Amino acid sequence: MIPTSYFIVLSALLFVLGIVAFFVKKDLITQFLSIEVMLNAGNLAFIAFAKAHGLIEGQIIVFFIITVAAAEAAVGLAIILLIYKQKKTIKSEDVNLMKG
Amino acid sequence: MTDLFWLIPFFPILSTFILAVFGTKLPKKYISLQACFAVFASFAVSLISFLGLLKTGPEQLPLLKTLFSWITAGKFQIAFSLQFDSLTAVMTLIVSGVGFIIHVYSIGYMAKDKSYARFFTYMNLFTFSMLMLVMSSNLVLMFVGWEGVGLCSYLLIGFWYEKHSASNAGMKAFIVNRIGDAGFLLAILFLFVHIGSVEFTAINQAISGNMITAGFATLVGILLFVGATGKSAQIPLYVWLPDAMEGPTPVSALIHAATMVTAGVYMVARMNMLYSLSTTAGNIVALVGALTAVFAASMALTQNDIKRVLAYSTISQLGYMFIGCGVGAYAAGIFHLYTHAFFKSLLFLAAGSVMHALSGELNMQKMGGLKKYLPRTYYPFLIGAIAIAGIPFLSGFFSKDAILTSAYAQGNYLVWALGILGAVMTAFYMFRLIFMTFHGKERLEPEAKKHLHESPPVMTLPLAVLAFFAVVAGYVSLPAVFGKNLDWFGRFLEPVIHGHAHHISLGMEWLLIFISVAVAVLGIFIAYVFYISKTHLPSQLAQKFPFLYRLLFNKYYVDEAYNALFIQPAVKGSELVYKHFDLKVIDGAVNGAGKSANAVGKLLSFLQTGFIKDYALIFLVGAILLLGYLLF
Repeated sequence: MIPTSYFIVLSALLFVLGIVAFFVKKDLITQFLSIEVMLNAGNLAFIAFAKAHGLIEGQIIVFFIITVAAAEAAVGLAIILLIYKQKKTIKSEDVNLMKG
Repeated sequence: MTDLFWLIPFFPILSTFILAVFGTKLPKKYISLQACFAVFASFAVSLISFLGLLKTGPEQLPLLKTLFSWITAGKFQIAFSLQFDSLTAVMTLIVSGVGFIIHVYSIGYMAKDKSYARFFTYMNLFTFSMLMLVMSSNLVLMFVGWEGVGLCSYLLIGFWYEKHSASNAGMKAFIVNRIGDAGFLLAILFLFVHIGSVEFTAINQAISGNMITAGFATLVGILLFVGATGKSAQIPLYVWLPDAMEGPTPVSALIHAATMVTAGVYMVARMNMLYSLSTTAGNIVALVGALTAVFAASMALTQNDIKRVLAYSTISQLGYMFIGCGVGAYAAGIFHLYTHAFFKSLLFLAAGSVMHALSGELNMQKMGGLKKYLPRTYYPFLIGAIAIAGIPFLSGFFSKDAILTSAYAQGNYLVWALGILGAVMTAFYMFRLIFMTFHGKERLEPEAKKHLHESPPVMTLPLAVLAFFAVVAGYVSLPAVFGKNLDWFGRFLEPVIHGHAHHISLGMEWLLIFISVAVAVLGIFIAYVFYISKTHLPSQLAQKFPFLYRLLFNKYYVDEAYNALFIQPAVKGSELVYKHFDLKVIDGAVNGAGKSANAVGKLLSFLQTGFIKDYALIFLVGAILLLGYLLF
């Protein structure tokens, strides 16, 4: 039986990894990947706590997150593709269409 | 037979809705048929209810019908309820009966107008509002009808809105009426605060229960009369009625002669118990009425516009009605209202027929000798003129005589003398109109002469019907000198009108009748001398008394005075306020709010870099701060 704290530490590491990657990397695809990593870190924490407390709700939420992540991936990739078509680049610092 | 009386106002409003929605798509024939039928249905129900009323005992009056509770706000309860008693019966019969005849006449008069449906929509709406006014059982609902007829009056005066003068006249009527309405509204509020109800029955109960002091009755009576001076065109608010002649002639006949302008008289008669408490208020009503009767008649003497003569005549006749109400002879006032509805709408419709024949000519200087061309217009016109002049055995004689006799009997000799003076002038200006229009030399424009034609039967037949009533309508109330208990009209109104008649000896009454007939004949004789036998006399007189003539011809410069005293200061004041307050303070505040929002937006927009990482960073910092706050 692996203690719950191991899972939580792993989850935290993954999450911080995702944040760092998001800020360090320059192309949108990788940034997008790092978001997925953060989401999965969250999933892991949910699962761990669900297991520890013997509750089903945590697992249900994980399914939700997976579904949302899938939908987000579809929309996000489509947006990135369109940005590439328009600007011939996927570097996030080259895109500031929404500047106020 | 009186169960259905509450249906009376609803035929015209139904027709109004149909015409307002589908009017432009319907054929003219159908529109006129429906509009006339709706008013006729009201008339039929009024007649049936009237006959039923004759069999109803006075102890059951008034018949009440509450349709629904309309306003409920704490103690302030107002029901949408209608009532029917003898006064209402007389008014509904006049409104729907004369209204029906005028609707029929309009078919011919408006036949070539492009806004045919709009005209009949407004006319039906007017009929509805007027019926609501006379049938409501409380003051607030009556006020709704009061404003409704004011609105329709505005819409119909400005019916030909392309004409600048017409739309201005409409606005003038509306605004002048608004001044009077303020008084009416104040009176309603005073009554509600004091009595706690605006139902007529409750007000009358409070009065018979001595809940009201004479001073309060005077205050409310004067305020109500201020409302009446607006709607019924009395001094000082009469100025709108002559200008209202810009509207189509059937409108002048229906609204500005027969029905709407008599609303003030109706209201005073309806509140007769209140006025009976206060002689001061009654005297003011009688005196203002008498002054208006003379003042307006004198202005009619020199006018050349055929409809304006009739308009001043209407103001003057309304003055007579107020004399009747003011001296406590409410039945006589309502009786004159009833006969006046016939002969004055007859005169207006006949004048409309003359205009129709002359392609819209209004100036009597350009008429003359029309008798042989327009016989079917001439004879009804003549009957109407004789009736209004007060020649015996026509309706106007009986009603005017009843009023003047009551004024004399009450001891109000000044009012009586003014009434007699007005009667001379009435006879004179009416026959001046007849002689200038139908007799003497032809002064027609050649163009108008070419198109000269008698009006179609749909217009002349209503004239004949109205002429018939102008002759016989007076026989429902004969003066006491012809025998006892012939005042059937007065006895019919007795359950509503709690006046006490003053009696004078028969000999005195004969003398009064003789005087009023003599002055009427005198007026006609002067008109004959001036405009038939010695036609140079009027201009000689005008040269001899240039000041008096100019004063009369320019209507005492009242419009100019009002313009200088009230309108110009208001316009100048508004301009000042516009320039210094609106432009600087209001616009400044509004524009300032916009500008400051803009500036703050500009200031904050530097946060909006467009770079996704900046947003993510702010988000992250925010999340960490929030987390820190929650944890520590």
